[in-house]
Amino acid sequence: MREISAILTVASRDVTKLLRDRPRMIFTLVFPFIFIGLMGGTLQSNLGRAAGFNFIGFIFSGVLAMTLFQSASQGLISLLEDRENDFSQEMFVSPISRYSIVLGKILGETGVALFQGIPTIALALILRVPLTPLQVLLLLPACLLACLLGGAFGVAVLSLLTSQRSAQQIFPFLIFPQFFLAGIFNPIKILPWYLAPLSLISPLRYAVDLMRNVVYMGRPEYDRVVLFDAPTNLLLMALMFAGFLVVGTAVFVRQETNR
Amino acid sequence: MTDVASETALVEVRDLVKRYKKSDKNAVDGVSFDVRPGEFFALLGPNGAGKTTTISILTTTLRPTSGQVLIGGVDAVADAAGVRRQVGIIFQNPSLDLNLSGEENVRFHALLYGLYPYRPFFRAMPRDYRRQVTELASVLGLEKEIFKPVKTLSGGMKRKLEIIRGLMHRPRLLFLDEPTSGLDAASRRSLWDYLRQVRREHDVTIFLTTHYLEEAEEADRICILDKGKVVSLGTPEEIKAQLLEEHLTVDAADRRALQRELEGMQLQFQPNGQDGAFDITLNGHTVQEILRRIELPLTTVKTHSPSLEDAYLRIVGATME
Repeated sequence: MREISAILTVASRDVTKLLRDRPRMIFTLVFPFIFIGLMGGTLQSNLGRAAGFNFIGFIFSGVLAMTLFQSASQGLISLLEDRENDFSQEMFVSPISRYSIVLGKILGETGVALFQGIPTIALALILRVPLTPLQVLLLLPACLLACLLGGAFGVAVLSLLTSQRSAQQIFPFLIFPQFFLAGIFNPIKILPWYLAPLSLISPLRYAVDLMRNVVYMGRPEYDRVVLFDAPTNLLLMALMFAGFLVVGTAVFVRQETNR
Repeated sequence: MTDVASETALVEVRDLVKRYKKSDKNAVDGVSFDVRPGEFFALLGPNGAGKTTTISILTTTLRPTSGQVLIGGVDAVADAAGVRRQVGIIFQNPSLDLNLSGEENVRFHALLYGLYPYRPFFRAMPRDYRRQVTELASVLGLEKEIFKPVKTLSGGMKRKLEIIRGLMHRPRLLFLDEPTSGLDAASRRSLWDYLRQVRREHDVTIFLTTHYLEEAEEADRICILDKGKVVSLGTPEEIKAQLLEEHLTVDAADRRALQRELEGMQLQFQPNGQDGAFDITLNGHTVQEILRRIELPLTTVKTHSPSLEDAYLRIVGATME
């Protein structure tokens, strides 16, 4: 009970912090607009007809998954750096389990990321991405899963990298290639042989593909856009989530005081 | 002696060693000391002496390479949570979330320490909590400001808020890691007044690290750390006595005659660097006794009792080259 209360405290702190931080709120609204409105719009006008599917919807589903995944994993990685700053110091010396800190942080960053997801979905509707009410409803759990997987991925990165500085420096190299291997902006239905295995081990790919399962549900271009069906994506995401979380947290907790 | 000390000590540190992974020398190198209940204990040393490393190990955020730390009889390595429950910590770096209100900062602390069950709003929190916060706010004169973002408070106020928060769970031991760094003189004085008040009103042992001598001088006992080793430990008076002898400076028009006379008295003395007058080490003699025995008319008579600052600079200066 006490640990649950602590997890909720850690999580609600992240969400409250976001709500109090106006500049950050505005930034989270502008960022998806740049990708979806500007990038998706221009691609749709120039390549949409040749590709044979709605490019704004393609970019939207990719960017939505990417924003949530990245936001959640970044939040977890900041855990190490924050240990020396602000209230995070308090968390690390309070008598709660380190597992509660990691779990609370994943939930909190998931909440923060979801706040970014809602305006992104609204933007897609304004830009007339064809979405039925059912699809909008189904996007919400897909968003939640993208956040959770991102958070677990963050924990795994934390545990791989011993010093906080290297975590901040190496993280871009782990996330940036995934933008292309997961096909956020670029179709990856066909890949050269040397990229195919890399794409398969990118966790982000499955979060994106799940999102596209929803967005292109029941549409004729479904087969040209979607890579795996939803159950396959869900299964692989669940396995990755469990693996990252269990191994990552155990290693992180052990390393935390062993500097 | 050790038996009595270990029975009553609140903090026991034995042969503490910490070597960081990528370092080839020990940041803390065989440190031992005790802190007694109710004591005001200061860990004093220049930057890089190992103060923060020591406090990190004592507060369980860092694992020692070897040695033992017991807090209230609880082993800091084996039962970190048991230690964490007993102590409050004021960190060297500000530890408030600036975008949150003072009350939210306090509330999150209370929730993490399991003092109250989680509720999302102040109004939903138990009445005891609300009364406690109202009281704390009035002690600081922050009745309204406590609900405003912390970034609107002054540096000194933020520090006091951190101290209040650190006392919420009624710790037996309060760690303060360089609490006045970054504060101006007025805020520093006001913070010290507040700390004295805290000591009077709460039954709490204070463990302070600082590189300001005048702050350490208030402590019951001081432990001076340099290059990871304890160089001196005791009350401010003991440290002064240990490190520097009191001396008497005398001069006469005829220095040679004076020198002969002092030699005849078998006193320990030497010409000082400034003006060539003689510094006589007292060595248990009293000033009066020495003066009575000197027959030559003296032009200068000065006594010098060393300040703690002299002692500290001598220790630290010796190793700083």
